[in-house]
Amino acid sequence: MDISYTRYKHCDLVKPEGRVDSATAPQLAKSLDDITKAGRFKIVLDLSGVDFMSSAGLRVLISTQKTCKRYNRGEIVLAAVPKRIHDAFELAGFIPLFRFYDNALDAVGAM
Amino acid sequence: MPDPLSGDLSGSTNPQSRRQKSSLNQRRVYTAQFDNLEFVREFVGDAARNAGLDEAAVYAAQLAVDEAFTNIIEHAFGGESLEKIECCCEISEAGLAITLYDCGKPFNLAAIPSPNLDAKLKHRQVGGLGLHFIRKLMDEVEFISTPQAGTDKPCNMLRMVKLKEK
Repeated sequence: MDISYTRYKHCDLVKPEGRVDSATAPQLAKSLDDITKAGRFKIVLDLSGVDFMSSAGLRVLISTQKTCKRYNRGEIVLAAVPKRIHDAFELAGFIPLFRFYDNALDAVGAM
Repeated sequence: MPDPLSGDLSGSTNPQSRRQKSSLNQRRVYTAQFDNLEFVREFVGDAARNAGLDEAAVYAAQLAVDEAFTNIIEHAFGGESLEKIECCCEISEAGLAITLYDCGKPFNLAAIPSPNLDAKLKHRQVGGLGLHFIRKLMDEVEFISTPQAGTDKPCNMLRMVKLKEK
């Protein structure tokens, strides 16, 4: 899985490409952990390039959201979520736990 | 190389799964490693399309088999190993039946609690989410503990069915 990363002044944009499953989720977790460990807690995750996500990926998102929201210091928001993956978020009851944006630009602007 | 799992399905309750040579039934054997998830998803995806499922149902079957395969690695084998997991796909008029078969530690799906999907972020646990997906995405889910051929060792068989939209 390729993960691209753009650092803005006020937030970080992370864009994974490909599949997020039990084989690749640790890679995504590490990218997000690297950002929060650097003391940055406003993250936009652009999912436009992700064609598959299992519960292993959802686990990473919940864990990152918990870290970011602690002490009200930030949050991770989700952009351009493909329909099938959005359906899985619904099944998991994730919709109230994240803000969703149609595209990464809107999400970065709203942070 | 002789396949250690071949013949194991002779104890299957489903006679369909013995018809390995039929073009409508296919089987693959994988090692219990996460890198094989993409191959088992691809195998099931092709079978689901051949069964005439729509794209949403194809994705649902792929997600369910991914979660089930991951559960077997984590719970039956306690992590990645070179042990075998067999996947059979049976195409019928009604849709697609997927059977996963392993001889790892027996585990009882019914004993795994459903996750609390309404919990606030702080209390949200994501364990059990994979099984929740399997139950929600598939039309039939059946777990059978079946003895390995020639031994008393129990093996796990998980059969999941996705029906065509009527």
